[in-house]
Amino acid sequence: MPADAFRRFSTRQGGVLWAPPCPRTMIRYILRRLLIMIPTLFGISIIAFIIIQLPPGDYLTTVIAQLSASGDLVEEDVIASLKAQYGLDRPMHVQYLKWISNILLRGDFGTSFEWDVAVGELIWSRLGLTVTLSVATLLFTWAVAFPVGIYAAVRQYSWGDYLFTGIGFVGLAIPNFLLALVLMYVAFKYFNQSVGGLFSPDFVEAPWTWARVQDMLGHLWVPMIILGTAGTAGLIRIMRANLLDELRKPYVKTARAKGLSELRLLLKYPVRVALNPFVSTIGLTLPILISGSAIVSVVLSLPTSGPLLLRALIAQDMYLAGSFILMLGIITVLGTLLSDLLLAWLDPRIRFDD
Amino acid sequence: MTARAMESDRQEAINVATQWQLMWWRFRKHRLAMTSLVIVILIYLVALLAEFLAPFTPDEFQADYTYAPPQRLHLFLETENGLRFQPWVHGYKVEIEEEALRRVFVPDEEVIHEIGFFVSGVPITLFGFLETDRHLVGPKDPEAPMFLFGADKLGRDMLTRMIYGTRISMSIGLVGVALSLILGILLGGLSGFLGGHVDNIIQRVIEFIRSVPTIPLWMGLAAALPTDWPPLRIYFGITVILSFIGWTELARVIRGRFLALRTEDFVVAAHLDGVGQMRIILHHMVPSFLSHIIAALTLAIPNMILAETSLSFLGLGLRPPIVSWGVLLQEAQNIRTVATAPWLFSTGGAVFIAILALNFVGDGLRDAADPYAR
Amino acid sequence: MPVERQLPAEDLLLEVRDLHVHFPLDEGTVKAVAGVDFDVYRNRTLCVVGESGCGKSVSAQSILQLVDRPGRIVQGQIRFHRHDADGSVTVTDLAALRSSSRALRAIRGRHIGMVFQEPNTSLSPIHTVGNQISEVIQLHLGEDEEAARRRGIEMLERVGIARPAQNYDAYTFELSGGMRQRVMIAMALVCSPALLIADEPTTALDVTTQAQIMSLLQELQADFGMGVMLITHDLGVVAEMADDVVVMYLGQVAEYGDVDRIFHAPAHPYTKALLRSIPNLDFDQDIRLDSIRGMVPDPFHRPVGCPFGPRCDEVIEGRCEAENPPAFSLEEGGSVRCLHYEEVTLS
Repeated sequence: MPADAFRRFSTRQGGVLWAPPCPRTMIRYILRRLLIMIPTLFGISIIAFIIIQLPPGDYLTTVIAQLSASGDLVEEDVIASLKAQYGLDRPMHVQYLKWISNILLRGDFGTSFEWDVAVGELIWSRLGLTVTLSVATLLFTWAVAFPVGIYAAVRQYSWGDYLFTGIGFVGLAIPNFLLALVLMYVAFKYFNQSVGGLFSPDFVEAPWTWARVQDMLGHLWVPMIILGTAGTAGLIRIMRANLLDELRKPYVKTARAKGLSELRLLLKYPVRVALNPFVSTIGLTLPILISGSAIVSVVLSLPTSGPLLLRALIAQDMYLAGSFILMLGIITVLGTLLSDLLLAWLDPRIRFDD
Repeated sequence: MTARAMESDRQEAINVATQWQLMWWRFRKHRLAMTSLVIVILIYLVALLAEFLAPFTPDEFQADYTYAPPQRLHLFLETENGLRFQPWVHGYKVEIEEEALRRVFVPDEEVIHEIGFFVSGVPITLFGFLETDRHLVGPKDPEAPMFLFGADKLGRDMLTRMIYGTRISMSIGLVGVALSLILGILLGGLSGFLGGHVDNIIQRVIEFIRSVPTIPLWMGLAAALPTDWPPLRIYFGITVILSFIGWTELARVIRGRFLALRTEDFVVAAHLDGVGQMRIILHHMVPSFLSHIIAALTLAIPNMILAETSLSFLGLGLRPPIVSWGVLLQEAQNIRTVATAPWLFSTGGAVFIAILALNFVGDGLRDAADPYAR
Repeated sequence: MPVERQLPAEDLLLEVRDLHVHFPLDEGTVKAVAGVDFDVYRNRTLCVVGESGCGKSVSAQSILQLVDRPGRIVQGQIRFHRHDADGSVTVTDLAALRSSSRALRAIRGRHIGMVFQEPNTSLSPIHTVGNQISEVIQLHLGEDEEAARRRGIEMLERVGIARPAQNYDAYTFELSGGMRQRVMIAMALVCSPALLIADEPTTALDVTTQAQIMSLLQELQADFGMGVMLITHDLGVVAEMADDVVVMYLGQVAEYGDVDRIFHAPAHPYTKALLRSIPNLDFDQDIRLDSIRGMVPDPFHRPVGCPFGPRCDEVIEGRCEAENPPAFSLEEGGSVRCLHYEEVTLS
C-alpha cells in the first residue's frame, strides 16, 4: 500500500497527511452502499429489456422473417418450440424474468441472430476494451486536470489560468466525434497515417501477449486524448472552483498561523479537501466516458462496444444491443460504486454520515 | 455635479433597481458573455431567416459540380472605370490529376460570375406566409455555380445546407430544453417543495438516470423509432428522447433552489402572514430563482445540440431529407471522403461556435444571477 | 504615541507602531487600519475592543501577516521581542518580513500562537485532532511522531479535554464547539509561545462555554506567563480579562489605558458611549440602555475630521469636522485621540 510510504515521507516534515480509516466503519459503509446499488441495477435491467422489446414485432418474427428469407421452410413446431424457448407466449413480466434469470444463473444473454452466435461470445472482449479505454482515459484526465486545476486556482487570473480556461472551453465545445474526425483527417492528410483501431494489423486477431498489450498501448493514446479532452476541461474547472472555495476557508489561515510553508500547507489542507469533490466526479465522469467512447469508437473504428452496439441497433439485433446496454449500465454503476468507496476511504465525514 | 453626488446617485440607482436590472448590469460587465449573446442572437436570426439568407434551397443541386471545392470570394471587380464594389467568383474547370487519374475542379480564371444582392432564385416562403423568389445573395445568373463553402456529393451548396441545418439544430435545442423544463419544474418543484418520501423517490430516479451512460441509451431509444415515420414526427421523437434524459439537471437545480428558499426568512414570513401556498410559490419563490433557472436552461441548450448532432451523426437521429448539423456531419464520416473534400467539415465550425457561444452566455447568466454574491 | 507607564521594559513582547493596513479594491481603497499603536507585555492581557469593522481583527491578523488578500501592511512597524532562554532579547520587525518568509514562519506557531473566531471552520474537517496538533510540534520542536503524540495528548489534557488520548484520534466534527476551541488553544500553545493572539475566541460559542474558555485562558496565562492579546467586542470580557485596553474606532485607537482607568474614568466620547451601552445589574430597571446614535461610516468614505465626529455628542463645532486629532497622553496614564484633551497634555 502506497499509503505507508506516503506516511513515512510525510512525517519527516511533521504531521501525517492522511491516515487509513478504521475497517469496521468502512465495512458498514460498503454494505450500505451495496444495498443502495440493487434497485439501480434492477432499473437498468428493466431499461435494457424495454429497449429489446421496443422495435415493432418481437424477436421471433425477426427470426422467422430471416429464416424464410434464407429460403428455409418454417415448420409450425419449430415456431412453437422457439416460442416456448423465449417464453414469447407468456406475459411481459414472465418474459423479463426468464430473460434476466438466464443471464444471472447461466450467463446466457440470448442469441445474436445477425451473427448467429450466443451474445455472450460477442460482448466480453469488446466490453473489456471499453473498460480499458475508459479507465485509461479517466487516469489521463486526472493526471492532467489535477495539477492544472491547482495551478489555475493558486494563480487565479494569471496568464496560465486564462490559457487553461480557454483550452477548457474549447474542449467542452468540440463534440468528441468531431475531434476524432479532425485528428484522423490531419493524420491521414499530413502524415499519411491511419489513427483508427486499437491494434496494428498484425495483432488484430492475435492472442493476448505482452507484445499485443504494448501494441494496444501505442494505439490507445489517440482515443484517450479525444475522449478525455472534454472531461479534462470540466475537471479543471471543478478543481479550480473547489480549490478557490477552500483557499478562502479559515482553516487555511490556521495552518498558516502554525508556520507551515505555503506549498506544504496547500497540499495538506485545501488540496486535500478539494480532492474529495474531485474524486466524487468519477461517478459523473464515468457514464460520460463510457457514453462518449461509444461514439468515438465508431469514428475511429475501435473494437470496443460502441461500433457493435450501433450495428446491432441498426440491424435490430436486439438481444445483442440490449445486452450491451445492460452491461454498459452495470459497468457504470460498478465504477460509480468504486469511486464512492474511494471517496469514503478518503473522507471521514462520509463514513460517519449515517 | 460633483463626484460625490454622482456616486450617491449611482448608489440610489442600485438601491431601487429591480432584480432583472441588477442581473443585466452584471451580465453586461462580462464582455465575453455579451459578445457571445450577440453571436447567439445572430445564429437564431439565421435560423429564422434561413430561406432568405441562403443563396439556394437545400435540395437544389447542380450535378456537374459534385464535391466542387469552395470558391474564393472577390469583393472588387476591375472595370474600365477602375475598381468597383462588385462581389464575384471564378467559375470551375475540370482537370485530370496525373497520378490518381481523378477529376479535380480548379478555378477557371477566364470566367467571372458576378454575385448580386436580393437576386431572384427559387421561390421560397418566409415565415410560412411571405412568398418571394428573392435571396439575400446569389449569382446574378441563376445557372452560374456559386459554392462559397463547397458542394457535397450531389452538387448541393454546403453554405445553404448549413444555414438550413441551423434552423433544425438550434430549434431542437430550444424545444428539447422546453420539454426538459416542463419535466424538470414539475418533478424538481414537487421534490423540493414537498420533500419527504416524494423527494426521496424522485431523487433516486434522478440518480438512476444520471448513472446510466446516455449515448448508448439514446442510441437504443432512437433506434426504436420506426424508419417509416415522417420527418416531423422523427424530429419530435428525437426531441422527446433527448429531454427524457436532459430534465434531470434542471430538476436538480430547481429542487436545490426550492429547498434553499423554503427556510429563507422572507418565505417563512409570508407563511406566518397567512399567505397561500400557491401565492408563496408564484410571488415569492419563483421570482427569486427564475434567474438561476434561465441560466441553467441556457447551459442545457448546448448539450441538447451536441446530443442531436451526435445521434444524427451516427445515423440514429434525424435522417435525410431533414437537414441538421448532425446530418451534414454524417456525410463527413468517411475519412477518405473527407480527405478529398475537407470542406464537409465546415458544419463542425458552426457547431463549435454555437456551443461555445451558448456556454459563455450561460456562464455569464449564472454569474449574473446572484447580484448580491461577493 | 502611548505614554510610558510604569511597566517593566524587560517584559515588553510586542510594540506596534503607526500600523496601516489597506485593502485596495475595485471600488476604492479601504483603510482598515489607519495608524495604530499599542504594546503587549509578558504576563499581561491586552484587550482590543470595538464594533465590527473597526479594524481590530485586521490589526491582530496583520501581526503574523495573515490578513486576507488584497489587504496588506502599507506602513508601520511590528517589533517582536524574542526572549531566549539565556536571557538575550532579539527584536524583529515582523512588518518588514515577507509574508511567506522562513523567518516569519519560524515565529508563527512557535513564538506567537493564534486562536481564531470560528472553531468550527478554523480546524480542518478531514484531519484528526492529533494530526493537526502534532504537526506544529514536529514542525517547530523537531520531535518524532511518538514524542509529538505524548506532548499533544498532554496539551489536550491541559486545556481540559476529557479522555485526551481518545480525542487525540478524533475528527473535529465529532467534538462540540467548545471542545474545538479548546483544541485550537492547545494547538496555539503547544510550543509554549511567548504571545497568544486570540481573535474573538468566544464569539461563536454559547455563554457558558464562553466563560469556561475565558477562565481557561486566564489559567493558562498564569501557568505559561505569556502575553495575551485578546480581540473582543464584549466589554464584559474586557472587564474580566484585561490588564490593558485598546478601544478602536474606524481603524484608529480612540483610547488606550489600563482597564481600571478605562472603566472608571473613560476619556473618549466613544468609550463613554460604549460603556453606557452595556447593561448593568446594579442599574435601576427604569433606565433605558443607550445605543450609540448613527452608523459606522461606509469604509470608502471616511470622515475628514475626527472619525467619530458624525456620531459624537461632544463635538467642538468647527474643529472636529476638520482635524483628525492625534493621540494625547492622559495624566492618569494612557492616551486618547480627542480634541477635548488637547490642553491636558502635549504628546
